[in-house]
Amino acid sequence: MEHHSAFHGTAEQEAKLRAVIEESRSVPGCLMHILQEAQGIYGYLPIEVQKIVAEGLDISLSEVYGVVTFYSQFSLNPKGKHRISICLGTACYVKGSDKILEELEKQLNIKCGECTPDGLFSIDSCRCVGACGLAPVMMIDDEVYGKLKPDMVKGILEKYKEEK
Amino acid sequence: METKLVNLKINGIPVTVPEGTTILQAARQAHVEIPTLCFLKDVNRMGSCRMCVVEATGARGLVAACVYPVAEGMEVRTNTDKCRQSRKMTLELILSKHKKKCLSCERNHSCELQRLSLGYSVDEDRFKGEDFVLPLDCSTPYLIRDNDKCINCMRCVAACRKQGINAIGPIGRGFNLHIGCAFDRALAESPCVGCGQCVVDCPVGALYEQSNIDDVWKALSDTSKKVVFITAPSVRATLGEAFDMPIGTNVEGKMVAAIRRFNPAAVFNMDVTADLTIMEEASELINRIKTNKPMPMFTSCCPAWVKFVEQTFPELIPNLSTCKSPQQMFGALLKSYWCEKNGIDPKSLYVVSVIPCTAKKYERGREEMLGDVDAAITTRELARMIKTAGIKFTELPDEEFDNPFSTATGAGAIFGATGGVMEAALRTAAHMMDGNFEVLDFFAVRGSNPIKEATYLVAGHTIRVAVASGLDNARKICKSILSGEKQYDFVEIMSCPGGCVNGGGQPTLPDSVRNSVELKEARAKALYACDNGNSYRRSADSPTMDIIYNDYLGFPNSHKAHEILHTSYKDKRTI
Repeated sequence: MEHHSAFHGTAEQEAKLRAVIEESRSVPGCLMHILQEAQGIYGYLPIEVQKIVAEGLDISLSEVYGVVTFYSQFSLNPKGKHRISICLGTACYVKGSDKILEELEKQLNIKCGECTPDGLFSIDSCRCVGACGLAPVMMIDDEVYGKLKPDMVKGILEKYKEEK
Repeated sequence: METKLVNLKINGIPVTVPEGTTILQAARQAHVEIPTLCFLKDVNRMGSCRMCVVEATGARGLVAACVYPVAEGMEVRTNTDKCRQSRKMTLELILSKHKKKCLSCERNHSCELQRLSLGYSVDEDRFKGEDFVLPLDCSTPYLIRDNDKCINCMRCVAACRKQGINAIGPIGRGFNLHIGCAFDRALAESPCVGCGQCVVDCPVGALYEQSNIDDVWKALSDTSKKVVFITAPSVRATLGEAFDMPIGTNVEGKMVAAIRRFNPAAVFNMDVTADLTIMEEASELINRIKTNKPMPMFTSCCPAWVKFVEQTFPELIPNLSTCKSPQQMFGALLKSYWCEKNGIDPKSLYVVSVIPCTAKKYERGREEMLGDVDAAITTRELARMIKTAGIKFTELPDEEFDNPFSTATGAGAIFGATGGVMEAALRTAAHMMDGNFEVLDFFAVRGSNPIKEATYLVAGHTIRVAVASGLDNARKICKSILSGEKQYDFVEIMSCPGGCVNGGGQPTLPDSVRNSVELKEARAKALYACDNGNSYRRSADSPTMDIIYNDYLGFPNSHKAHEILHTSYKDKRTI
């Protein structure tokens, strides 16, 4: 779905992206590579960035959008200062990680894949972080939180809000 | 180099085909029909729907006949229990997610999914899929996209890609995969130009025109309205298909008779304003050649092409002929000349055009020309109206168009095929420039080749022409002109491959027919036969042109002609 947060791309970022496009545009199948680079530059792929890519490669926006929405590695929304990643892999799921996700969405008032308006948190889901013994697990930035219960979520988030 | 031949058996029938042939093509030689759904000749070939699965020796499991190449000694079985069960399961899975509102569906009785489901005795409710409710896209005045009926066959995406527009594409993956515009925006906010190729290529009811049938019925029953029908050149060549007549049958007489059964005030021949377009356009061309005004001149009778230029190459807008299309010229002429002559209040006149096109619905509503035409209905919509009215089309006598807009030239008729407008314009322009120029057949611009070029020497002027159909080819021509690689004087573009005979408003035919017939050629033949059989072949020779110009307009490109028959364009750049 279309994102609603304002775009704050800089001229430097755009110049960098245009250079990447120029460099790789003659290579067949370069779209994936350019999108990866673009996400590296901007952190996500909003319509403004996809338009630059479409224009640069002389292809339609619909083609670019199709590829962006096909691969889960690409994000249409910016990532927060703190990236929350909730594991929905089998072990975590049977241990109720869906309930943890629900609580996160409720506490932050955003959906999975989105970012809070203040830019502090974003939520994504992932498949297994290799800590099944601690299921259900979530990661905030590089910190792993295990054996979670929904009522623990609020307190964990507070910690990050305070350090702001 | 000689092509290697391969011998194989299809259901025990021996066939010999060139190496590289697919099983699907080879089966046709054995007179065996393999069911298809996502495959469409010249448009889509990706082997994804699995309807065409067959058993073939040397292959592991079932293979998709539309993409699997034949091999020497191969034995193919197309109708085994395994094939039928697999196809049935595929259909049932597709149906688990399909909005099964067949009774009110645009494609009821002409739906490929319905046809196949009946053949394989499916249980349409075997799998209860998650309800996948997506909004109906009614954002444009020409077509509707109903994703809940979409089966993700990708034929519309392939059609749009073939046109080089790519307004729609697959979004997401897995169960959430659906077809849409970038960022799931409405079609009206996309680069779509309304050619409607996606509509004629859709196997189900996921794409259909914005219907104006109800508006027309309402006008017909309104006693304060005078309803006049005008029919485009190519409709006579395709309408019969909707009544199971052979492809390429000219049904002009029956078409007029059928429309007359609706009791309109008149049924007029749009070939007349095709001739009028030529009178104006040929004069404009000569004027441009003499004054060296923006060259080359582009034809402007195809509204999807005009929209394409406005959106994609606005710098070429000055090259578009200022002539309105035959549809718009007719509407404007009826509401001025014809109303004045017959003492009719133009407000009470309701002009219905019957066109092979979805983009004409958009053209009708363009602000520059609003009011010329009140409703535009496709060949398909006319066929439906005839059926609803209980008219036995094939049993009708042949009747003639009403005067004074009945007699037209063969040049007007060939407007419906690619190269037709060019040829028609050349006949008149060359004769206007050199009274002794008698050539009437310009064979080099005929036929369904995507891009045709020719050079003619007329009255000391070299006229370099190009004809293209299909917007991807139009884009190539525009780029070659802008880069300076090509120089032309006159360029004809039709958005639909093959021209209007293959328009987005033409009857949909079963895949079994689409995949085995050269549709564009068969339909165009009817128009060229019309041209050959006509005693007038040059628009300027038409007695109807004499009447219109002597009575009302004066001469081509006169002040009055400009006021009524010409228009302007706008930069509509999008991304």
